[in-house]
Amino acid sequence: MTDTAATTATPEDTGPMLAADGTPLKRSLARALRAQKMRALALIAPLLIFVLLTFIAPIVDMLFRSVENQIVSDTLPRTTLALKDWDDSTGDLPGDDIFFAAYQDIFLAAEAKTHTRLGTRLNYEFTGVSSLFRKSGRGLDDIGEVYQDAFKDLDKDWDKGAPWVELMGSDDFVAEAQAWEKGDALPEFELRDGMADLLPLTAVAYEDFARFQRVEEEKSLLKEEPWTLVHTMLFRDLQAQDVSGYSGPRAEMLKAADALVDGGELPPLDVRTTFEKIDKDWMDVDVWETIKMYSPNYTNGYFLNAVDMQKTPDGPAWRDDDERIYGLLFKRTMFMSLVITFSCIALAYPVAFLLSNLPARTANLLMILVLLPFWTSLLVRTSAWKVMLQQQGVINDVLVWIGLVDDANRLVMINNQLGTIIAMTHILLPFMILPMYSVMSTIPQTYVRAAKSLGATNWTAFWRVYFPQSVPGIGAGSILVFILSIGYYITPEIVGGTTGTFISNRIAYHISSSLNWGLAAALGTILLAVVLILYWAYDKIVGIDNVKLGG
Amino acid sequence: MADGSNGDAFVAFERVQKSYDGETLVVKDLNLSMPKGEFLTMLGPSGSGKTTCLMMLAGFETATHGEIKLDGVSINNIPPHKRGIGMVFQNYALFPHMTVAENLAFPLEVRKLGKSEREAKVKRALDMVQMGAFGGRRPAQLSGGQQQRIALARALVFEPELVLMDEPLGALDKQLREHMQFEITNLAHSLGITTVYVTHDQTEALTMSDRVAVFNDGRIQQLDPPDVLYEEPKNSFVAQFIGENNTLEGVVQEIRGDTCVVKLDDGEVIDATPVNVTQVGERTKVSIRPERVEIDRSRLQPGAHTLKAEVLEFIYMGDIFRTRLRVAGNNDFVIKTRNAPDQVKLSPGTMIDIGWLPRDCRALDAT
Ligand SMILES: Nc1ncnc2c1ncn2[C@@H]1O[C@H](COP(=O)(O)OP(=O)(O)OP(=O)(O)O)[C@@H](O)[C@H]1O
Ligand SMILES: [Mg+2]
Repeated sequence: MTDTAATTATPEDTGPMLAADGTPLKRSLARALRAQKMRALALIAPLLIFVLLTFIAPIVDMLFRSVENQIVSDTLPRTTLALKDWDDSTGDLPGDDIFFAAYQDIFLAAEAKTHTRLGTRLNYEFTGVSSLFRKSGRGLDDIGEVYQDAFKDLDKDWDKGAPWVELMGSDDFVAEAQAWEKGDALPEFELRDGMADLLPLTAVAYEDFARFQRVEEEKSLLKEEPWTLVHTMLFRDLQAQDVSGYSGPRAEMLKAADALVDGGELPPLDVRTTFEKIDKDWMDVDVWETIKMYSPNYTNGYFLNAVDMQKTPDGPAWRDDDERIYGLLFKRTMFMSLVITFSCIALAYPVAFLLSNLPARTANLLMILVLLPFWTSLLVRTSAWKVMLQQQGVINDVLVWIGLVDDANRLVMINNQLGTIIAMTHILLPFMILPMYSVMSTIPQTYVRAAKSLGATNWTAFWRVYFPQSVPGIGAGSILVFILSIGYYITPEIVGGTTGTFISNRIAYHISSSLNWGLAAALGTILLAVVLILYWAYDKIVGIDNVKLGG
Repeated sequence: MADGSNGDAFVAFERVQKSYDGETLVVKDLNLSMPKGEFLTMLGPSGSGKTTCLMMLAGFETATHGEIKLDGVSINNIPPHKRGIGMVFQNYALFPHMTVAENLAFPLEVRKLGKSEREAKVKRALDMVQMGAFGGRRPAQLSGGQQQRIALARALVFEPELVLMDEPLGALDKQLREHMQFEITNLAHSLGITTVYVTHDQTEALTMSDRVAVFNDGRIQQLDPPDVLYEEPKNSFVAQFIGENNTLEGVVQEIRGDTCVVKLDDGEVIDATPVNVTQVGERTKVSIRPERVEIDRSRLQPGAHTLKAEVLEFIYMGDIFRTRLRVAGNNDFVIKTRNAPDQVKLSPGTMIDIGWLPRDCRALDAT
């Protein structure tokens, strides 16, 4: 002990404080606290997991979706790769190699039926692409049919599954495929040695075909005639390659086909023309530009869309004035949320003030009235406003009956901003009253009394002494109401008409109708960012510790 | 300084009654008048109506019946902010969102004083309570005693002629409380302010006040200077409420001018001063202060009655000895003796004789 005392006494050599058993004090303290922390963690674990799964994860997913764009490069791997080298600034169409790559990609996608999804995706960026892809999926089959028929006429075996397997597959695979019986797992295709060099394009196409049969269709290759794509590739290979050295299975059949191709009687392969025949739009440089622009795995396109901009080859640019909607919607959402918040403050303050100054029993009774709306469904309440506010509705009827309003000029109070503001103010009012009430009921009466005893009139006592102390309640209520209303959806949908809808209605539209989830996610992300920025600004201006939800 | 209406009274309650619920009277027929400059304390058990009286005076409660006058003018219909009465609340009620200086400037601002005048007065008031350096702080950054001073300064800064204080020292510890008691009385007297002070604490009441009004059950039981209150309680409630007190019950046997003889319930006979007993045969409670009981026979009047007592407990308290006795069937009879060099220490079990001067033994009502 004296040693420790001596060491701590010298300032140059201050060793760590030791606990009674000699371990450093910090460590034994940490150990003691760890058990406590673990227990605390165990208590919040269920909620934490729940929140992570149901709240954090979807938000992260949303953030991810707003930039994610792998569908293009996943569906058109060869095309996107080839387009990298295409210089779009010249205004020339891509070369034949790119058309050829697109033929392969779209053919495969059409077999897997993913081309329509890609079409839908690209249609968000360039209207018309959707139908282009749908048509092409069907039309591209025709290219290979010429060759398929020619080979078939030469030898029927070119149109059967088994001969192809014998030609393309390794001996092991052929044996496995022949031994396969229904119910067993399908054997994995294996290319014959040397085939990748002999018929490179055919090998790739056939491998794709084999994988597709095994995974998607679950059928034996022996029974399935290959896609026309494979025949096209065979034609290309035979044009370019010399197969005379081949002596494996089906060498005769292959050599005969080679002779046919070399004979020059078959029509040459012209993918570009076929594309043009399918749809003239393929000759539009903009289509290819769009595909090239959206080739990367991640894109800012959704965000640009969400702020009324678009990607162009020269970088982001504003949309035309008549195509801009989101900026307007964001502004309107902010503005109307502010109006709703202020009308809630104006209506809730006197109520909360009254409640907090009444004896507890009466206050509780009135509180039930405040909470009453919570007992009815939101839909019912909103629909009730429809009944109240419409032109043949209760309020107009009364006004006309009193004579304030002419029967011919009934007020339009629904399906516009006014309707949304009225209905939402009513619906969100309790969220303003409750925090205000809980703050106000903690303000002792003695403050106002003290102010009056010091000579303040009722108004001065209220304004200088009571009101400043109730500000935290206003703050809490305002944040609550503003954030709730910024993301509100049902009420504006029902009573908002076209001029009273919010950004969230647009998000809902993209999620459930246009299925443009990426754009919905981008809009949602912007909304989240706006709320966080406002929250931050509020903290800077008012101070978040000035917000109280109660005592 | 008599009760009831008085021509030159500064504050006067005249036949004031108050009921909150229309069923029970919280204040019953209150009559009180205070001259200018007096320091008057309202003392009484919880719920006896002290705060209610104060609130009626300040204007936060209205009297159900009767009249309250300030400087000869009825103020029943004057709103609180026009009464010009300074007030110190139990929890100080310093405005938490204003600094100390702003708190003090508030009553001056609402009186539309100019800025420089305001600042001068605030500074003077802060200096008065020795808090000159704290003007920029928030109330929450002050200790209880400091808050108390600020509350006092705020109540005085606009120079009211009447200041009301409702248990202003209740939240302070004993030492600070004693210190503040001294400061408050000093200030009140040096500024010549009339003060109504409410407290639970009888020591506080006795040490600070010019007069003390003892409240019970909505009535003033006695209104007198502290020494009179302590030595000449007018009824058994006041006798028991103020200071320590021994009570013996019995029947009046004989009244002779300013002394009487009381026969206690166990048959013994003692001398007493009749206070509010009038007839022979009436039941009475006699009260004797512990420090007025004599155990030294030689100091009693010749022929005085004495009682036998058995020592039950002896407690050494430093400056005094406190001895508990069994007297006439009462096991809680306490005497206090000064710790003097010749003082005997009584050991439990000893039998002694006790007596007192008749004027120290007061025969009061039996309730
Ligand atoms: N606002 C009120 N409404 C109804 N009854 C009240 C109200 N204020 C006080 N009372 C009742 O009036 C009686 C006197 O109350 P008051 O506050 O004057 O007592 P007090 O002497 O100040 O007590 P304490 O020493 O505890 O402060 C009590 O019985 C109390 O219950
Ligand atoms: Mg009180």
